[in-house]
Amino acid sequence: MGESLIPIYIMGKRYEVPEGLTIMKALEWAGYQLIRGCGCRGGFCGACATVYRVPGNFRIQVGLACQTPVTPHMTLMQLPYFPVNKAVYDLDKVGSPLETLLQLYPEATRCLGCNTCTSVCPQKLQPMYYVAAALRGDFARAAELSFDCIMCGLCAARCPAQLVPYNIAIFVRRYYSKHMRPKPRHLKDRVAEIRAGLHDQALAGIAAASEEELKKLYLEREFEKL
Amino acid sequence: MGYPIEMQESIRKLEATRAFRLQQEIPRLTPEEKNRLLEQCHPDFRPDGMRPVRVGPNKGQRMQNELVDLLEAYSRIDPDRVDLSRIDYDVDVLVVGGGGGGATAALIAHENEARVLLTTKLRLGDANTMMAEGGIAAATQPNDSPYLHFLDTIGGGRFQNKRELVWALVHDAPLIVEWLKDLGAMFDTHPDGDLVVSFAGGHCRRRVHSCKDLSGMEFMRVIRDELWNRRVEVLEFSPAVELLLDERGRCAGAILMNLETREHIIVRARAVILATGGIGRLHPNKFPTTNHYGATADGLVIAYRAGARLLHMDAIQYHPTGAAWPEQMLGQLITEALRGNGAQLVNVHGERFINELETRDVTSSAIIREVRDRKNGVRTPTGMEGVWLDTPLIDIRGGEGKLDRMFAGIVHRFREYGIDVHKEPILVFPTQHYQNGGVEIDPEGRTGIPGLFAAGEVAGGVQGRNRLGGNSLVDIFVFGRRAGQAAALFAREGPSPGKLTLEHVRRYHRELAAEGIEKGRVSPLLLPDYTRPEVKERRYS
Repeated sequence: MGESLIPIYIMGKRYEVPEGLTIMKALEWAGYQLIRGCGCRGGFCGACATVYRVPGNFRIQVGLACQTPVTPHMTLMQLPYFPVNKAVYDLDKVGSPLETLLQLYPEATRCLGCNTCTSVCPQKLQPMYYVAAALRGDFARAAELSFDCIMCGLCAARCPAQLVPYNIAIFVRRYYSKHMRPKPRHLKDRVAEIRAGLHDQALAGIAAASEEELKKLYLEREFEKL
Repeated sequence: MGYPIEMQESIRKLEATRAFRLQQEIPRLTPEEKNRLLEQCHPDFRPDGMRPVRVGPNKGQRMQNELVDLLEAYSRIDPDRVDLSRIDYDVDVLVVGGGGGGATAALIAHENEARVLLTTKLRLGDANTMMAEGGIAAATQPNDSPYLHFLDTIGGGRFQNKRELVWALVHDAPLIVEWLKDLGAMFDTHPDGDLVVSFAGGHCRRRVHSCKDLSGMEFMRVIRDELWNRRVEVLEFSPAVELLLDERGRCAGAILMNLETREHIIVRARAVILATGGIGRLHPNKFPTTNHYGATADGLVIAYRAGARLLHMDAIQYHPTGAAWPEQMLGQLITEALRGNGAQLVNVHGERFINELETRDVTSSAIIREVRDRKNGVRTPTGMEGVWLDTPLIDIRGGEGKLDRMFAGIVHRFREYGIDVHKEPILVFPTQHYQNGGVEIDPEGRTGIPGLFAAGEVAGGVQGRNRLGGNSLVDIFVFGRRAGQAAALFAREGPSPGKLTLEHVRRYHRELAAEGIEKGRVSPLLLPDYTRPEVKERRYS
């Protein structure tokens, strides 16, 4: 094999793996068939949060196994699950934004402002700032700042005040989107038309057309300009 | 990191032609040109990629080799050793699959007062839905209509779609957008609150609604949060390994396997909804895939064994733009919305070669022709070839900030590898993306087996032989809802299931044996195995 191999330590056990692989592919190369700690393999799903250390740096480091390349002498462990607090609520029956937030997640006010959450976020978000925005009642800002969250759990695992920033964030985003943003007019109109059956005849007509007729209509379509 | 020198030379050619390309109009292909291109270059037409399946309801029909291998295989369980009198869960509706389709079906069945159990192979939400970037197609704009959405969808499917399914799809699509908005999904909006819509290939109107470039993730996490709020019962890491029928052939539950303890779990249900997704992780034609780790055709296999008919399983979708560089991102999805907002496909010489808003089957074939037949591909140091996707055009056309606003995920993921997509293009090549066919359903998600419903990618007929961008997210919600409702009703008003049996598995085994198919291979696959042959060999088992 022409590849150059480097040593890594999977939960303390030494394996030699090719340089340049992601942590996930290195695990598989070493012989693991993953059940937990593997999901979309593309950085979206948050299943493969991993903590690791490298020589010469006393700090714990974090990353998604599917996105982070291995480096020599990396010592790693996956964190496929972390128990967290998730409030149960009915989005149709909620009060004012801030009042509801504090009811559901009273611990939010315990944030120490240490910003450890930011240093562990593999998406490079700043959970401390979106939690702060939410606590100011600025749900728009909190929603925007937290949007790219993949709910991997690392911030919750490391928070000394034991907040679950990402569960706070999803509540805030849903509240904001449902109750603080207008319902688009064009959407309301179209839904009303459909409910009134105004499109049924056109659809019944085209669904009954001959294949020849369909092909002709398809070719004659006019395209909106890019 | 960034691009190696050799690739940068080609980038300079691309930059030199940009002003010309911005003015250049490439006409769409005629139907004859399309057919010729598909036959020449689409992977579905490779003579050695498929073979006829020798058993089951579709006996004699050609399908992807990797799928046929799993259909011509024995059950993971020995029917004679299973104690079906020991029932672990007794519910109205069992939903198999925890992606967007399954989660929606569970939510709606629960709303319809069914006792629901959702079981899934990995975690709730671990599915292709989570990875859908571009968005959801629906005719919500004043210049658009369900009629036009119908025409685009059926033409894109090469007129092979089941029409009543397309009808249901386009009719419900705007209702689904409203439903998602009411659940608190954060759609991209204009300052006045109107929804932002983009083009996708084959659509004659802008009608794809997005949540940045994380649309599927946004819908999935919102619906999952709602399932948790309603306390719907969920079993994770427990895939279904076989369906259960009763002695009259009606579906009446499933056998699950706890992946961690390898213990089996018997579920009796008055209705079962399959929402297990597609086959990407079988790597048809050895292509890389955009798909989730769990996309291993499990639902197709167990439904087929129980007697359900499959439709269009010889039509696989290859997404035109999978990442071809850096190596670590090989095959990952680069959203079509980039082309929908003006990014162009460009060869090694800086030339366009296809209208970027052709349907996916055609666009992928054109890229394959450009690289393989015309030798106009851009080569990477590892020997992979691709063409450029000129992403800087998006800010040039749409104003600075548009890439950051709408495609933050793409910007972020490439920045990690030293590539700035504001200034540099992305190298792409087709990657397996979707199974166009699946278990045949009707507009209520019913399969040919009473009591068995299917929704989403595992189901077939909606998309014909080729799905349009934006039509999958809408498919899973439309048919997830319809199946959830119909299954709840069936559970309430249909007859009670009789005695549970695995007779269909025994019958299937006999059919395999009669064809001379030897024991040894079992299915469903459940998990792909990416360990090395050297390691496998030394397991000595």
